[in-house]
Amino acid sequence: MAIVAHPRLAVWKFASCDGCQLSLLDCEDELLAVADRVEIANFVEASSAVAPGPYDLSLVEGSITTAHDAERILQVRAQSRRLVTIGACATSGGIQALRNFADVDEFRRVVYARPEYISTLAQSTAIADHVPVDFELRGCPINKHQLLEVVAAFLHGRRPTVPTDSVCIECKRRGTVCVVVAHGTPCLGPVTQAGCGAICPAYDRGCYGCFGPQDTPNPEAWGRRLRELGMSSEEIVRVYRTFNAAAKPFRLAAESAGGGGA
Amino acid sequence: MTDRTIAVDYIARVEGEGALRVRIEGGRAKEVELRIFEPPRFFEAMLRGRAYTEAPDITARICGICPVAYQMSACHALERALGMRVDGALRELRRLLYCGEWIESHALHIYLLHAPDFLGYPDAVRLAKDHPKEVTDGLALKKIGNAVMQLLGGREVHPINVRVGGFYRVPSREELAVLVPSLEEGFVLAEATARFAASLPFPKVKEEYEFVALRHPDEYPMNEGDLVSNRGLWIPQERFEEEFKEGQVPYSHALQAHRRGGGTYLVGPMARYSLNRDRLPPRTRALAESIGLEPTIDNPYRSIVVRAIEIAFACEESLRIVRRYSVPPVPFVPPPATIPEVRGAAVTEAPRGILYHRYDVAAGGLLREAKIVPPTSQNQGRIEDDLRHLIDADVARPDAELALACERAIRNHDPCISCATHFLKLEVERA
Repeated sequence: MAIVAHPRLAVWKFASCDGCQLSLLDCEDELLAVADRVEIANFVEASSAVAPGPYDLSLVEGSITTAHDAERILQVRAQSRRLVTIGACATSGGIQALRNFADVDEFRRVVYARPEYISTLAQSTAIADHVPVDFELRGCPINKHQLLEVVAAFLHGRRPTVPTDSVCIECKRRGTVCVVVAHGTPCLGPVTQAGCGAICPAYDRGCYGCFGPQDTPNPEAWGRRLRELGMSSEEIVRVYRTFNAAAKPFRLAAESAGGGGA
Repeated sequence: MTDRTIAVDYIARVEGEGALRVRIEGGRAKEVELRIFEPPRFFEAMLRGRAYTEAPDITARICGICPVAYQMSACHALERALGMRVDGALRELRRLLYCGEWIESHALHIYLLHAPDFLGYPDAVRLAKDHPKEVTDGLALKKIGNAVMQLLGGREVHPINVRVGGFYRVPSREELAVLVPSLEEGFVLAEATARFAASLPFPKVKEEYEFVALRHPDEYPMNEGDLVSNRGLWIPQERFEEEFKEGQVPYSHALQAHRRGGGTYLVGPMARYSLNRDRLPPRTRALAESIGLEPTIDNPYRSIVVRAIEIAFACEESLRIVRRYSVPPVPFVPPPATIPEVRGAAVTEAPRGILYHRYDVAAGGLLREAKIVPPTSQNQGRIEDDLRHLIDADVARPDAELALACERAIRNHDPCISCATHFLKLEVERA
């Protein structure tokens, strides 16, 4: 994209926890510098001044779970030169995609005494299932340094440098002893995309896959290894069905481990 | 006079999505509807069939602003169910992690979301052009809170180091000691924040609140204590559901909680402070006295001052914990070898107020039922009362001005709309 003198940024929210847009406000050292360089034209969570589109860059958080939101994302796309999805909800449907493997009407009845007041879709879907997306930034939550890289890259008209290899590579770089090899701790590191900084193994726990599948994963094979490490089929289904449950490689791995639904 | 409707489509500077519709008839606010249109995410339904050990990580995803609160209420509820006692240094580390979240969340609200209202700016970025020191102080405080969460939790949003029974890994004395200079700086910044907040121009408002908060025998409440109110409620926290009931209104996705047989009530910093001022540690109490903060705060606009005091408290408390820390013998209390069928509930103090979790665990450890009552669903009815009073007192103002005033009144309570598990667009209708 051509370099714009004072590009206009918009931040949009769909079904989500707000944690990924908070990551932008969590850039305490860079926030005011970013605000000098771009016009924050539409960021309802941070400002009551909302300027109309079009926008040079839209950051989209959250998944599509209502008919109204399925319409709204089309309008967001139409007003955005570049659209980047941020976080597991926007890139894979998020934790709320667990409904995809269940009966949403039953969910509605469990949580609400008057389910008829609640309108929702049967599936929670990624933004890319609805509109063309220029870049997907993974993570539950996203990593704020990666977010700054993505914003900087798009503002300078280049592709972002965001590695798509596995958490294992980050563990090696960080010098963390492998929790699987050394302690027999089940870990999704080999099948999960890098970007978090491999924090879980550094805190003596196995990766739980919050950045979703890496570029070339083999989660079914890794499921067999998880079984050798003592996990039951039910546990393997659950470990693949968390924050990126609807991402295809994790969805298929859960099914091959015996998970029903979908 | 004509009847009218005022509508605000998106309430800005709140976490999540909501709208407000007001119907004015005969010069009074007839209907005030705070609408949470945050799409429902069905956490309580999704938790069924998950392992009890997964509850802290899953429920954290209800809210990116206060994930630690969700992790804490989940852990305490499950530990109570399983008869696990988490004491000593592990208990202190949890309190430290929670202090980090209070500092980060309160600094975010004071400087980035609330202060612009008092000084007439749409946001902190534009506020920073004229008041650079305040905004950079706020960002520095936020960063100090985030540093606590990063160190102890692994990251600031959705920390990865919390488990039922304690932590995956506990820090060494040296690792924690790194926090001391920044927490000392944090206390100094909190003092400046309290003086700045106290100097803001406040509308003269007095509300009659029923405040509800935790109360602990010797601490400012966070993870533990009884449920108390300024109208005589004093019960063990596990009995929350006996006294409070969630109801549903047709105009909102959020459930609203009320006192059984009673009315609306307020949770959060004003309630916590007004019920627990005597539990503030010495430096923070001296700060509250030096700015002349009354024992009870019943002007919702002044909640910004109370948040500043609570940041000072969280810094003072963090310093105490860090200085007295010694590494616990184990990073977590192990769970029982076999899990019987059990039920457990707990309330902890999220930055926005009490957060209730209850879990029914089946034999073997899978969750059979989960119930979560977040602070915003408890405050929603009381915020509507604030709005009704605001409109009745000033009904002749034009719709656009009333809409702005209503938005401000809502932001006083830092409503976290994402948290409304189960928020704003203003519509004023004058009939």
